[in-house]
Amino acid sequence: MLNAIYRLVAPRRFEVEFTNIDLCSRQIVVRPTHLSICHADQRYYQGLRPAEVMRKKLPMALIHEGIGEVVYDPGGVFQAGDSVILIPNTPQQKDGIISENYLRSSRFRASSFDGFMQEHVAMEPDRVVPLDASVDKIVASFTELVSVSVHAIRRFDRIAHAGRKSVGIWGDGNLGYITALFFHAMFPETKLYIFGVDAEKLSRFSFAEETFSVMDIPEDLYVDHAFECVGGEASQKAIHQIIGHIEPEGTISLLGVSEYPVPVNTRMILEKGLRMFGSSRSGRDDFLETIALYQKNPELLGYLSNIVGAQIEVQSMEDMSRAFEMDIHKSMGKTIMIWNI
Amino acid sequence: MVFGIILAGGVGSRMGNVEKPKQYLEIGGKPIIIHTIEKFAVHDAFEKLIVLCPKQWLENTKNLICRYLGETERIVVLEGGSTRNETIMNSIAYIEENYLMDEDTLIVTHDSVRPFLTYRIIEENIRYGMQYGAVDTVIPATDTIVQSEDGQVITSVPERSRMYQGQTPQTFKAKKLKELYYSLTEGEKEILTDASKIFVIKGEAVHLVQGEVFNIKITYPYDLRVAESLIQEKL
Repeated sequence: MLNAIYRLVAPRRFEVEFTNIDLCSRQIVVRPTHLSICHADQRYYQGLRPAEVMRKKLPMALIHEGIGEVVYDPGGVFQAGDSVILIPNTPQQKDGIISENYLRSSRFRASSFDGFMQEHVAMEPDRVVPLDASVDKIVASFTELVSVSVHAIRRFDRIAHAGRKSVGIWGDGNLGYITALFFHAMFPETKLYIFGVDAEKLSRFSFAEETFSVMDIPEDLYVDHAFECVGGEASQKAIHQIIGHIEPEGTISLLGVSEYPVPVNTRMILEKGLRMFGSSRSGRDDFLETIALYQKNPELLGYLSNIVGAQIEVQSMEDMSRAFEMDIHKSMGKTIMIWNI
Repeated sequence: MVFGIILAGGVGSRMGNVEKPKQYLEIGGKPIIIHTIEKFAVHDAFEKLIVLCPKQWLENTKNLICRYLGETERIVVLEGGSTRNETIMNSIAYIEENYLMDEDTLIVTHDSVRPFLTYRIIEENIRYGMQYGAVDTVIPATDTIVQSEDGQVITSVPERSRMYQGQTPQTFKAKKLKELYYSLTEGEKEILTDASKIFVIKGEAVHLVQGEVFNIKITYPYDLRVAESLIQEKL
């Protein structure tokens, strides 16, 4: 079946191309319905990735956060019309030790191959998880981002020592908010301190113990462990602050993406015996855990709806550009495309 | 009940030195007609897909469907009529014989040589077809349309912002379409180029659905080249 695919061919320029979906393969066919724009998509859209990366990856369909409806399942597991969450990580092999999202052979939507800006997406059946009707579709559309936080928190639980009276989260953006929200749901006894730059954004963290401006952190404030959800050029400052305000043998979970190498104060890491670990992306298990958390703590969905910025009906390539441009100019929150292509 | 009607009745005469009707030529390694049928086959709103083709291509069409789509239970292949609208009437006759056709029975008619239609276009045809009874898929005209009565001089230049190019699908309440068609005089039937005009002649409203520029009709050899270039596999 011919399938319209909307690829970014150059910064700020989408073009339609067609691929052939083989209906006789074992792949299921899903029609995307709600797609959520991520910073990573914006870096391609605005041409902010290095020129050699842009040359290598484009043309490519963007978007790795989204939900859709099953149109066709040759295996008969799903019915036409079933709502599903789409998993962008696509492993090429199984490994008993290394998680699917860290296997170097794994492919990732809108990074190593076409993302979800398509009329239909053909996927292996294990690359979708059922979406319960009780979950708002707008919120569900950025479940992938939530699953990245949940993945990092699960890794924290495996790696961090048991002293967990307080945890600091650096970053007041969407990733920081979601990580804080789900950490609080998973570890309600732990005192959560949030460190950011924007007073208005910090005011959203009403569930946290306390919030601080990074310009004004009390000298005697220490946390047992920390999450870095800053990324970009500010990563260095954030990691430096964390190393200064963390107790010995604490863990630092790095989630923020930076285009360039970040210098860190290794001397203090050695002196304090700190553990730093990176977390990136997520796998099927993390999606399932995220959905279980939605069901166990339905109030989380209300909190997540607070970070929905704009909802844009998309029926044409002009609408796609409009959604991405609007996303650039928003002050905060996620931009969701209601995908009707 | 909603039926998908794939119109493959004509033997193309504008396609240059090719022997096959254009709907059986391949793009992207598959016959055009199969690409088109697949678009309808994955849509669960359709009770049945009715493919109408030239008599001499009936068996070949059935074989192609069997080869590329496997199950054929939801797809029936019938002989087309002498004109486009007679072909549509053949499909309505089949529905009447095999199902209980009522006022709300909807047919989504589509050219077999337009394989690039999208899910949205089908979806909106069904939705607005149910609501309004008659739907045509169009795109705004980009070229200025010039009218000439004698083919020598311009009679008029209609305002472009009010001009649209007709595509397909065209969607109708089947019973109403049949009634209107058989109430036309032979003279009126002769000037029909499509089924929407049946409604227009009779003063019935036809709702517009936005098509797509790429929902092209593969008519000339040039179109085949364009169609092939639109397909860009990227592993």
